[in-house]
Amino acid sequence: MSLTPEQVQQVAHLARLELKPEKTTLYAQQLSNILAMVDQLTAVDTRGVMPMAHPLELTQRLRPDLVSEPNRREAYQAHAPAVEAGLFLVPKVIE
Amino acid sequence: MSLHQLSLTAMAAGLAAKQFSSRELTQHYLARIAQFDDQLNSFVSVTPEIALMQADAADARLAAGGVGLLTGIPIAQKDIFCTTGVRTACGSKMLDKFVAPYDATIVRKLHSDSGMVMLGKVNMDEFAMGSSNETSFYGPVKNPWDLSCVPGGSSGGSVACVAAGLAPVATATDTGGSIRQPAAFTNLTGIKPTYGRVSRYGMIAFASSLDQAGVVARSTEDAALILQAMSGFDALDSTSIERPVDDLVTGLGQSIKGLKIGLPKEYFADGMAPGVRTCVEAAIAQLKVLGAVVSEISLPNAPLSVPTYYVVAPAEASSNLARMDGVRFGHRSQEARNLEELYKKSRGEGFGAEVQRRIMIGTYVLSHGYYDAYYLQAQKVRNLIYQDFKRAYETVDVILAPTTTGTAFKFGDNSDDPVAMYLNDIYTIAANLAGIPAMSLPCGFSEGLPVGFQLMGNYFDEARLLNVAHQYQQATDFHTQSPKEFV
Repeated sequence: MSLTPEQVQQVAHLARLELKPEKTTLYAQQLSNILAMVDQLTAVDTRGVMPMAHPLELTQRLRPDLVSEPNRREAYQAHAPAVEAGLFLVPKVIE
Repeated sequence: MSLHQLSLTAMAAGLAAKQFSSRELTQHYLARIAQFDDQLNSFVSVTPEIALMQADAADARLAAGGVGLLTGIPIAQKDIFCTTGVRTACGSKMLDKFVAPYDATIVRKLHSDSGMVMLGKVNMDEFAMGSSNETSFYGPVKNPWDLSCVPGGSSGGSVACVAAGLAPVATATDTGGSIRQPAAFTNLTGIKPTYGRVSRYGMIAFASSLDQAGVVARSTEDAALILQAMSGFDALDSTSIERPVDDLVTGLGQSIKGLKIGLPKEYFADGMAPGVRTCVEAAIAQLKVLGAVVSEISLPNAPLSVPTYYVVAPAEASSNLARMDGVRFGHRSQEARNLEELYKKSRGEGFGAEVQRRIMIGTYVLSHGYYDAYYLQAQKVRNLIYQDFKRAYETVDVILAPTTTGTAFKFGDNSDDPVAMYLNDIYTIAANLAGIPAMSLPCGFSEGLPVGFQLMGNYFDEARLLNVAHQYQQATDFHTQSPKEFV
């Protein structure tokens, strides 16, 4: 599988990454090489094999539905790039 | 013998006997960092105020008595572990100004619970993605054995500072070999425990089904002491294992007579440098002398580890790194005119090239139309790799393999070719995919550069792995050697 610079731009859009136009050709070549290495997986016979998402057979632990966390809004917003009145600021979304 | 040449046990004895104080010990290391780290770039943040405050607290506790063995002993923290009040940058411009509002569980366990002293935060590949420490926003770390060579990665700062005696021991993390490969490149002992044994809470996530924290040290005994203090169940990590921690330290003296060691033939095929092969074969011979019974085994799917990993790990990374959006924390672009531009520009400016590549590969293999062919297929092959190990441990106790194909390479040798760089982890990745414990320890030198070999154990068999490694180190002195310029 090889990727064109246009496909790289499309993947970057899906990943919400802005790429400099001059970088897409190199990325296309590098990503194609990685996918070519990965392509050896397609030859493996995996009929009847269960996909393994995780190394251990775990079930999600549950806890009682009780309030356990104090409100730490100020601490969690202290490192935010822009906040006002306890809210995170982003550029205007609705005109 | 200088303070920085002591084992952790000897340091603890010295502190207990009042031969030196934790403050003196800490000052000794801070002075060495000031003297040598310009050459290595292993620390991204040195924290003398915190270190001396913790050292004084440790001295007070030592004077009162009844403290644990690690009280007052310094340690360096990989900059992937969140530390309240001290920047946690994870090697990235994205987090260059990030100060976490909480401590990672292992930070709490090592400092608050065990009384260790934090010297600072050490350099690493950006978001732990790399095998040479060349992807760090803070510049590459140099290998103390040869300053023109990489220290390995991603835990490059951890190994460089310990190998050079700028810290007695350091934490590290391993998603595909990031503890074991750098340990092999710098003559250290490094262990990645079973997945779920050490809490991942507060450890910045790269690939959550593979990431595991561990330690790099100058001996197995030192590594065991730290791993013991780091391990254990943590309700704050949903994949933490509810199972008591074995005693990793007091069992180190056992004979390995009759121990069954398997040599996977796939790991001893072509690809290993002759100098590495010679050292690894000598290690096998030494273990035979100690009474181990060695046999050839097969892990037929192991050669598929690298392609499997480079689907699974980027897929998980692309999801984990989605949280870096320029809104709640991390780098925020000043150029954005709308919300989509804010995301795209913040991420485009904040992430380096290797991280961007992995995010794109991950996004691609998870995208509509490719999910089954790549991601689902990789998860199935991962199961085959896991089954290989399960079968192997029915007949052997421990699996032995090389850690790396060669010794530390020169800066720039692999940095233009991602696939060549990825193949560095060909021997280490399978253990992460299966989730088993694995370690690397020194077994000689090739043209002046250290060589390591790898021991892989069954699930939760850290105590046995460490005992085998300790027995080997009782019979050999490779691990006691240090780089000459940093004595």
